[in-house]
Amino acid sequence: MNKFLTLLIVSFGMILVSACGDSRIHSHAVYMLVDTSGTYAQEMNKASKIVNYLLATLNPGDSLAVAKVETRSFTEKDIIAKVTFDKRPSQATSQKRRFKNNIEVFAKQVKGSAYTDITGGLIQGAEYLNETKAGIKTIVVFSDMQQELGKGTIRDFPIRLDGIRIVALNVTKLGTDNADPRRYLDRLAQWEASVRKAGATDWVVVNDLENNIESILATR
Amino acid sequence: MTTWNSWLFWPNSVALSVLALAVLAMLFLYAARKPMHGVIHSVCALLSQSTRFIARWLFLCADNLKLRNQSVLLAHGQENQVTVIEREFERVGNMVRKDMQEFPALQRRMMEEATRIEEDYRKCGEIPPPPPEWVSALQSVAKIKTGGDIPRKLLEDINKSIQKIHDQTVAEFRRSYEERHKILQAMQPSWRSLEKMAGEMDKKMLTLQTDAKQIDGHMGKLQDIKAKDNKTEHALTVSGFVQLAISSLVMVIALGGAFINYKLIALPMSEMVGASDYITNSLKTSDVAALVIILMEASMGLFLLESLRITQLFPRIASMDDRMRQRLMYASLIFLVILAAIESSLALMRDILVADKVSLMRDLASAAPAGSDGLLTSIPMIGQMIMGFVLPFALAFVAIPLESAVYSMRTVLGVFLVQAMRGLGFLLRFTGLLLKRLPKVLELAYDVLIVIPLLIERWVIGMRAGSLGAGNTEDKEISKLRRAA
Repeated sequence: MNKFLTLLIVSFGMILVSACGDSRIHSHAVYMLVDTSGTYAQEMNKASKIVNYLLATLNPGDSLAVAKVETRSFTEKDIIAKVTFDKRPSQATSQKRRFKNNIEVFAKQVKGSAYTDITGGLIQGAEYLNETKAGIKTIVVFSDMQQELGKGTIRDFPIRLDGIRIVALNVTKLGTDNADPRRYLDRLAQWEASVRKAGATDWVVVNDLENNIESILATR
Repeated sequence: MTTWNSWLFWPNSVALSVLALAVLAMLFLYAARKPMHGVIHSVCALLSQSTRFIARWLFLCADNLKLRNQSVLLAHGQENQVTVIEREFERVGNMVRKDMQEFPALQRRMMEEATRIEEDYRKCGEIPPPPPEWVSALQSVAKIKTGGDIPRKLLEDINKSIQKIHDQTVAEFRRSYEERHKILQAMQPSWRSLEKMAGEMDKKMLTLQTDAKQIDGHMGKLQDIKAKDNKTEHALTVSGFVQLAISSLVMVIALGGAFINYKLIALPMSEMVGASDYITNSLKTSDVAALVIILMEASMGLFLLESLRITQLFPRIASMDDRMRQRLMYASLIFLVILAAIESSLALMRDILVADKVSLMRDLASAAPAGSDGLLTSIPMIGQMIMGFVLPFALAFVAIPLESAVYSMRTVLGVFLVQAMRGLGFLLRFTGLLLKRLPKVLELAYDVLIVIPLLIERWVIGMRAGSLGAGNTEDKEISKLRRAA
């Protein structure tokens, strides 16, 4: 009888231990690309609000990084702030406060860039997200999605965005889009096709930030 | 369509092919008539006997189970009744011992009171008035034969003296009566005290009498249980159902308390074990840790009540010697207090975490900080802390309905199991009866399928019988052959 009880306890313990999977699978990692080119640099207030929304929504154990889209964005130097929140809620709250302050400081000093390398930012974001080993990975692109590459910048090769959601935010219409709306629609369709081809799980466009901001992290 | 066509002899003429198939099938079925009837009979008989056998076995099992239930129920009832009687005897014994202890003091007090009354009584005895000395003087004066002034003077003097003495005597008499009244008045408290003492004794005797009647009632129930009376068994069964219902209700209420408790400590537990650790896909480690704390509190409460002998779920604890039991009691009480203190501090931490999160949200929303009223904001925190400390002790008492549910569940499940077995037995018996009659129906149904060959057979037999020309015996032969067929 005692032997049976011991076996029962040991087997229960083993089941419990085997059930304890990698906690990262349940975590969420978000990489936000902020377009700072041309007139879009003036939209930083909106970008700050979105960062605040992400900070309010993400939980302990989740990761968040905010990077700017520059002339060449495939570099860690463009990451403004990044954090993986502590498992303890109190520590996570402190980290969120510090993160908010960093973003506020950046928003005050932002300078417009000459070109817009969104693809480079996406590759950098995918690298960061894959490193976090999070269960849900999202790249948020705060841009008009008009890519302009500088001389010598090569981005016309297949990229890998396996298992990553891409959310395009605040995709503003350009002056030329107003003249010919097909340009805007084609631009979005082209981006959707390219990210889906790269293996992205989802492509979401959110322009109504007042009412539809929840769509950024809808898969949680 | 292809498979259907493969069955047709002449795919171009479907009707003809179907007819040919039907004729062939009919011929086959006619040829296999006798063995098929045998198969139908055998299978139905086998099934019928099997179902009847299983039904009989189920009824026997149900009877055995009922007997077992009865013995368990009566044994449990007897045990309960004996416990109740023991407690009643203990109570009465304590009362009698206490009263008997008081009796010598009471008796002494009553004796003292009686002595005092006796003395008072003696004191207030009537003092006879002084003998009238003047009567003899009058007699002497009356004996003087010669009249004159002397006797008159004497009589006047005597009258004066008498008047004086009379006044003195009356005054003395009144004073003595006054004293006696005073004594009698002083006796009143003694009488009242005696009356009160007698009343108390009377009350105690009445209580004793009521308790004796109650014990008589319990003894009567115990005798009924020992006599295995059906009425008593039924009453015990109903009592089991009622107990299960009541204890279930109490346990549901306790579950509500446990849920509140869980909500109170789940968030702060994430501060201790991490908020992002999962045991399964949807089960957080912090949630499980909170649940474990609550279950530990319930377990400690169970051990505490066991060691206090309020519940008796663990015979080993009940049979422990008093010293060990006392140690276990203190240990479980200490653990319970520690857990309650932990929970109270977790409740405080929860409040701090919530306040911190609210503050962060306000910062993120760039809203102005809310004005704080020290007392008002601290009320929920104090309430949470008190709840965190009190709920573990309240949860401890769940052991009582749990014990009741465990014992009454045995009775209720036993009754349901007996009824289920009987119901199943009845169904199987009914099925057996149907299977007994089914072969006849199946035979007839089979014969309907081969009605044409059977008619031909009958016609052939009729022809043969006609050729025999056996007069009156013709019909009998035909019927014999038909039966044989």
